[in-house]
Amino acid sequence: MYSIEVNNLTKKFGNFTSVDNISFKVNEGEIFGFLGANGAGKSTTIRMLCGILEPTSGDAVVGGYSVVKEPDNVKLNIGYMSQRFSLYNDLTVEENINFFGGVYGLEGNLFDERKNWVLDIANLKGKEKLMTGSLPGGIKQRLALGTAVIHQPKIVFLDEPTSGVDPLSRRNFWELINDLSENGITVFITTHYLEEAEFCNKILLINAGKLIAEGNPQELKTNYLKNDILELECSNPVKAMKILESQNFIDATSIFGNNLHLNVNKNYSNKNQIEKLLISENIQVTGLDKIVPTLEDVFIHLLDKKK
Amino acid sequence: MFRRTRAIAKKEFKQLWRDKRLLFVILFFPIFLLIIFGYAVNFDVKNIQLAVLDKNNTEVSRDFVNSILSSNYFKLAKQLNNDSEIKETLDKKSAQIVLVIPKDFSKNIHTHKQPAKIQFLIDGVDGNTATIIKNYASAASTKFAIKLQKNLTQKYGVKMSYPVLLEPIFWFNPDLQTTKFLIPGLIAMILIVSSVISVSLSLVKEKELGTIEQINVSSINSFELLSGKSAPYIVVAFFDAILILIVGYIFFDVIVKGNYFFLFISTLIYIISATSMGIFISVISETQQIAFTIATFATLLPSVILSGFIFPIESMPVIIQYLTNITPAKFFIIVLRAIIIRGVGLSAFWMQLIYLILFTLVFMGLAIIISKKQEVK
Ligand SMILES: Nc1ncnc2c1ncn2[C@@H]1O[C@H](COP(=O)(O)OP(=O)(O)OP(=O)(O)O)[C@@H](O)[C@H]1O
Ligand SMILES: [Mg+2]
Repeated sequence: MYSIEVNNLTKKFGNFTSVDNISFKVNEGEIFGFLGANGAGKSTTIRMLCGILEPTSGDAVVGGYSVVKEPDNVKLNIGYMSQRFSLYNDLTVEENINFFGGVYGLEGNLFDERKNWVLDIANLKGKEKLMTGSLPGGIKQRLALGTAVIHQPKIVFLDEPTSGVDPLSRRNFWELINDLSENGITVFITTHYLEEAEFCNKILLINAGKLIAEGNPQELKTNYLKNDILELECSNPVKAMKILESQNFIDATSIFGNNLHLNVNKNYSNKNQIEKLLISENIQVTGLDKIVPTLEDVFIHLLDKKK
Repeated sequence: MFRRTRAIAKKEFKQLWRDKRLLFVILFFPIFLLIIFGYAVNFDVKNIQLAVLDKNNTEVSRDFVNSILSSNYFKLAKQLNNDSEIKETLDKKSAQIVLVIPKDFSKNIHTHKQPAKIQFLIDGVDGNTATIIKNYASAASTKFAIKLQKNLTQKYGVKMSYPVLLEPIFWFNPDLQTTKFLIPGLIAMILIVSSVISVSLSLVKEKELGTIEQINVSSINSFELLSGKSAPYIVVAFFDAILILIVGYIFFDVIVKGNYFFLFISTLIYIISATSMGIFISVISETQQIAFTIATFATLLPSVILSGFIFPIESMPVIIQYLTNITPAKFFIIVLRAIIIRGVGLSAFWMQLIYLILFTLVFMGLAIIISKKQEVK
């Protein structure tokens, strides 16, 4: 039994196809990463899965209910944190919790229990009267997540929950997500940060509304990337990139911090090929090694192939 | 189900309460408007140019003319000698009103077998002024008639019907205080403008912030959402209505003659109809700025121009008369005039209340249909 089952889901806005015939399945309790560049169609897909946007064609079964035929039942079983959502800034922490508890119809002991839980995971015990607008971004996102699952749904959709949050807070946020998953909740999450994708049990990459890769992080790296990835440390990475880009033994280059990642194909024989080239251009090579590819290497490769 | 509506209403109240500036505007702007309008929009007309054609030319008829001129509303422009001069006088605007006293005026007064008739001819180009002049003329005639009757009763010891016939149209505003007459229109205008704007802005704000999506996934239904969102503004508008009545009493001596319960119910129905308009506008607007513009345009102009607040609807072209039905203010003004000024009961205005309810249903229906369409898009 899958938690989410998507079949040929398509959404058109006028002539423009935002989500193009995608199908996939999500297991119960899984952390499912939904990745893609800006405008790839992530939010549109999520909104259809939440039953607030009607698909143009295709269907999805979420928590056992069809989003086309029974959107109201779908809503009862899910939590959703929309991309733009960041609570009501002009309400206090407690008022926000009360509001969402109320909107979900929670009452009595259960409500008190859930309120405590939300305060707890957001580290806001004793700070109930603070204005939400004055909270730091990381805490706000935790509070938003807490209110989104205040009614204990089986599935939660998080649309770029960590965007604009500092790295430490993002790590803490992911711990929370892991906790949810360990409690059997299916977490469907979109993100721009590819290093976060490594924490997912399963990843799906879409581009321009089409599904282009699917699998767990390990599978993606081995199934979709036949080439080797080299990491180059040198004195002038920008200039080196320009030179190497045009070589026939290199498929793709990208900058990672101060280093370059080189995606080399079958025309590549050994390190000397590169070192010679760079030294003749007066660039010092301080390191050149084959590495385990990151997801970013895989995606850059895949998106490059598309073009 | 009420749990959800209550949660929304509570949150909305809290937000409104924190937004002191908005709260201040909603509560005090109406009063400010009332005072400014109340003093500025004063239709009392002074020095109306009067021409007199006295065919009777007796002591009584001259007495009648003098009593009309004794109020400072009329000023004698000229004396006419025959009927042919009447048209010329009005055409050339050498007088705004011509008073014609027929030959048998004094005879009829003394024999009191039949009423003594007088004729007023009013320049009707400006329907509004004409109506006002007509009222003044009626009032002046009534005054004279009453005086005359007193005299005759004393002289002959008989009671008789009014010896001067007149047509008392605005009988419920006998002392011709136009400001008082305007208060219902002001209340209607202020309530519709403030509630439509505040309701539509508060809904569009959720759209702009994206919070509406968060609420939509919670399986709350439209009715719970909309009633919760509107409740605080309905309460505030009510508060406004009470404040306006108090200020109206203090500044303009407006006293509610009729039943407070009906006033309460009618006002509630009216505010709800305004709210439905606000909801409709929120559905068709993407930003608060657009909503504000549409709301202002859709409420302010019609409630001033088309509602009968200032310009009498009877004197509008027929097409425009039909058009006046687009503003609920028209109907509420009739209700308010009935309750506040005339002090009459439900039988005089139940039709208007039904119309307001229909208005609400139509706008709510449209809002729901359009918002469903937008989701599907
Ligand atoms: N209501 C709409 N009407 C028309 N076009 C839309 C609508 N909603 C989304 N789109 C278009 O569909 C495409 C996909 O949008 P979507 O928001 O799903 O992208 P995304 O993957 O979530 O991007 P981001 O990372 O920026 O959030 C975009 O090109 C967008 O302009
Ligand atoms: Mg998005």
